[in-house]
Amino acid sequence: MSLALIVALPFLGAVLPGLAIRAGRTAAAAATGAVTLLAFLLLLSHAPAVLRGEVVQTRIDWLPALGLNATFFLDGLAFLFAGLILGIGLLVILYARFYLAKSDPMGQFYSYLLLFQGAMAGIVLSDNILLLLIFWELTSLSSFLLIGYWKHLPEARQGARMALAVTGGGGLAMIAGMLILGNITGSYDLTVILQNKQAIQASPWYLPALILILLGAFTKSAQFPFHFWLPHAMAAPTPVSAYLHSATMVKAGLFLMARLWPVLAGTPEWFWIVSTAGLVSLVMAAAIAFFKDDLKALLAYSTVSQLGLITMLLGFGTKAAATVAIFHIINHAVFKAALFMTAGIVDHAAHTRDLRRLGGLRNLMPVTFGIALLASLSIAGIPPLNGFYSKEMMLAEAAETVWITPWAMGVLATLGALFSVAYSVRFLAHGFLGPVREDYPHQPHDPGPGLWSAPAFLAVLIVVIGLFPMATAAWLVNVAAGATTGQPVAVGIYLWPGLKSAALWMSLAAVGGGLMSLGAYPRLRARWDAAPRPDAKRLFDGIVEPAAALARSVTEGLHNGSFGRALTLAVLAIAGAALWAFSGAEHLAGTRAGLTATPAPIALWAVMLLAALATPVLHRRRLTALILTGVVGLLIAPLFMLFSAPDLALTQVSVEVVTILLMLLALHFLPKETPAETPLPRRLRDAGVAGIAGLGIGALAYAMMTRAPAFAPISQYHLAQSKPGAGGTNAVNTIIVDFRGYDTFGEIIVLGIAALVIFALSETLLRSPSVVARLASTPRKRESGDRHPMMLVVSTRLLLPMAMMVGVYIYLRGHNLPGGGFVAGLVFAIAYLMQYMASGYAWTHARQRFDHHVLIGWGVLIAALSGVGAWFLGLPFLTSGYAYVTLWPLEEFELTTAAIFDLGVFLSVLGAVLLTLASLSRLALRQGERANTRAYDSEGDR
Amino acid sequence: MEALLASAIGLLTAVGIYLMLRQRTFPVILGLTFLSYAVNLFLFASGRLAVNAAPIIGLTKPYADPLPQALVLTAIVISFGMTAVIMIMAIGGYLSAGHDRIDLDRGADE
Repeated sequence: MSLALIVALPFLGAVLPGLAIRAGRTAAAAATGAVTLLAFLLLLSHAPAVLRGEVVQTRIDWLPALGLNATFFLDGLAFLFAGLILGIGLLVILYARFYLAKSDPMGQFYSYLLLFQGAMAGIVLSDNILLLLIFWELTSLSSFLLIGYWKHLPEARQGARMALAVTGGGGLAMIAGMLILGNITGSYDLTVILQNKQAIQASPWYLPALILILLGAFTKSAQFPFHFWLPHAMAAPTPVSAYLHSATMVKAGLFLMARLWPVLAGTPEWFWIVSTAGLVSLVMAAAIAFFKDDLKALLAYSTVSQLGLITMLLGFGTKAAATVAIFHIINHAVFKAALFMTAGIVDHAAHTRDLRRLGGLRNLMPVTFGIALLASLSIAGIPPLNGFYSKEMMLAEAAETVWITPWAMGVLATLGALFSVAYSVRFLAHGFLGPVREDYPHQPHDPGPGLWSAPAFLAVLIVVIGLFPMATAAWLVNVAAGATTGQPVAVGIYLWPGLKSAALWMSLAAVGGGLMSLGAYPRLRARWDAAPRPDAKRLFDGIVEPAAALARSVTEGLHNGSFGRALTLAVLAIAGAALWAFSGAEHLAGTRAGLTATPAPIALWAVMLLAALATPVLHRRRLTALILTGVVGLLIAPLFMLFSAPDLALTQVSVEVVTILLMLLALHFLPKETPAETPLPRRLRDAGVAGIAGLGIGALAYAMMTRAPAFAPISQYHLAQSKPGAGGTNAVNTIIVDFRGYDTFGEIIVLGIAALVIFALSETLLRSPSVVARLASTPRKRESGDRHPMMLVVSTRLLLPMAMMVGVYIYLRGHNLPGGGFVAGLVFAIAYLMQYMASGYAWTHARQRFDHHVLIGWGVLIAALSGVGAWFLGLPFLTSGYAYVTLWPLEEFELTTAAIFDLGVFLSVLGAVLLTLASLSRLALRQGERANTRAYDSEGDR
Repeated sequence: MEALLASAIGLLTAVGIYLMLRQRTFPVILGLTFLSYAVNLFLFASGRLAVNAAPIIGLTKPYADPLPQALVLTAIVISFGMTAVIMIMAIGGYLSAGHDRIDLDRGADE
């Protein structure tokens, strides 16, 4: 359970910063930090087991038949990554508290950060690959929010979009690849997939799966040729860059390659694709980084290059190389996060990140300089810092690898290392060394400890790992690399490789060459600037813009803001598809014996036909059209009655009354006539479209009714179980309150929400000055002689208790005879609405002692409680029970929990209907309708 | 009888679509109401027609199919909620914009 909790905690905690921000920015940061710390401690509680080489698992079955389960597992590799995500996360939270400006919405920032953190933890802990894919896409989404955090900057929005398009697109490819893997092995659990190396590599689908998965990994880890999004993502606030673009998100691709290494690696395809992409990224990005002036751009390309190094090592496919890759993942996370934070501090202090405008900061910002010095020398691979070891071991592996020729890999890897030295030394030399300048945009000085303590902690790690690699890092590398490769690993990390080691000489060449390049920087830069280079952003835009234009033209062609056009197209498209399907097969006439028509239904049908046909003809007079609509609706009720659906007939009558009342009230605010504005051809065309739809639906209905059902209806079960299972003889009611109680429960909630939406909308309307002015200026016509006709007032008041009695009766008998909560609620509602109509809204409302909102709430609550009750008996939600009770002087009667549920339905329906109508009535009050003060007001009260 | 109901369903659909193709909110909502009638009847008809066969256990056998009935019962109530929401939107649109046309101003139909 606790593994699921590690993943769930950041998601659950994501609401906290938004709430805590009201208590100040430190509170928000503390809340975020507390959530992360808790998750981190939970993770650490598993450390002993992981170090023993055990695999911790958590399994929550959801849809086992579809392979959809929330399964998590924690081994050495997952432990390493989860530790990085949560550990660096803590430092970033601290750093961000002091980095973000007062005007930045910090609560939002931390919420996004926690969402991202949860998604990352989900990726590394997921056992089920489908679950992993969901978390994978969640990181793309949450990183979109983080990169675009400064929404007002166009480059932030563009960078966020590009990152989302590239990494999200790669994720889609990966979904396909993962599904292929699942198909080959017959399981979506990683733990099973990882056991099936032979089956996967022998499958003809191995190469497609490999390419698709690598597309996902390369896009996420910004590997050539998908590296271009990362520099653009630097528009993000620096804490985001330090977190996402050095330690975590860009490493998700590496994680996946490491995770699937046991089953995917070791083939020539893997070697060529992965090591080549890694090598190209390593050398090319390091070279570009050397020529970047923006500190963060330099670091971004440096990240691409370093990730390339790790990718290349994973590509080699040997246990030793994979071990070095794991070691370098740790080192890179430590020094790169420190460097990003340093760049942020410089930006903060000097108000620029441009190397051409910096220099001489050594004396002005000594603390920052110390951190930068350690971190960049570590990248450069200078002993005895942590970066030295993994670079040395990388060069040793590269020297032994044959790629095209025996020496090409070694030479190119050395070249990459050379550029790494060059850019890291340039970062130092052009940023911190040299004379103090006079023209900084802002006079720089060291920030407070809040800002530098996080990178300083990382700088300490750089030195400690560098001095005592075997004590501090080797154990972690061993368990993580052991989990990656599936074989026991005992790494040896030594400072002195020996004079015979090729890596030593390669390293020396790299350092010497790097320093020489820096010396020749002005000349190299001139040549670099003169050389033609493809602009990745322009290429990307060249693809995206036509695609967006195409999408826009399709959308606007279908929907240009005209509802009629969209509806016409939809009707014609559906009709066309139906016709196409129909003409593709042979058809026989239906053979089911029908009912013979009797005079009464024929008469009913004729009246309905007339009313329906008259509506479009007379529709411009809205009141007439409304009355005709009501006639049609009311005539449907006897139709239901005739065809053995008394419950439907009751519901139809009562809903129809309420609906017509609502529309009458609404018509009060709307124009009473529809102007004649469509020319005859247009009307004929519309009639044609409507005719096609009507003919199609009518034919479909006829074809359906003249045939027996294709499958035996499942309602035989409901009929058979209605009495013994649900304790009621009305099968329709038992389905609603018992068999399909869950649906009904959802439904009353929807109804309640609809009523609340209406209330909220009317509230908003009343708050708009222009709406209120328009309401007040609408002339009120005198529509009748009496404001509240005496006969109506008296009779409705007399009717109220009787209607309620009928409502209670309908509710009580509903379980066994036609009726039930829905109808009873509507009957009650109509009884109240009659009072509104007769005595006026204000008068009636003042005499109601209950609030409509509360009614809806109670209804839903009672329905829920009646369902929850089943839990105490160990039964699923909404399992009903019933008992027969004898209570003197009554006869034996039945008590069912379904009746309580139905009471909830009743209350919700009543509340929803009353709230809806009351919301409209409030608009009318605002229009200047005076409330009557006396019980009976007549002409004199006007 | 089946032909009667089928033709009624077809006609209600046609009237509904025609009214929904109008330019103003009120007829469109009426059209939606007609369409709801048609859809509810259609769903109901999927249980096939039967007379004197209300699904009340203990009354005359055989029983009409209760499942489409339960489905349509809730559909009727929900369609009321839907109509009410659209209605308040129509009122709000009219009161805010000063007209009750449904189409956006840009790219008026034809």
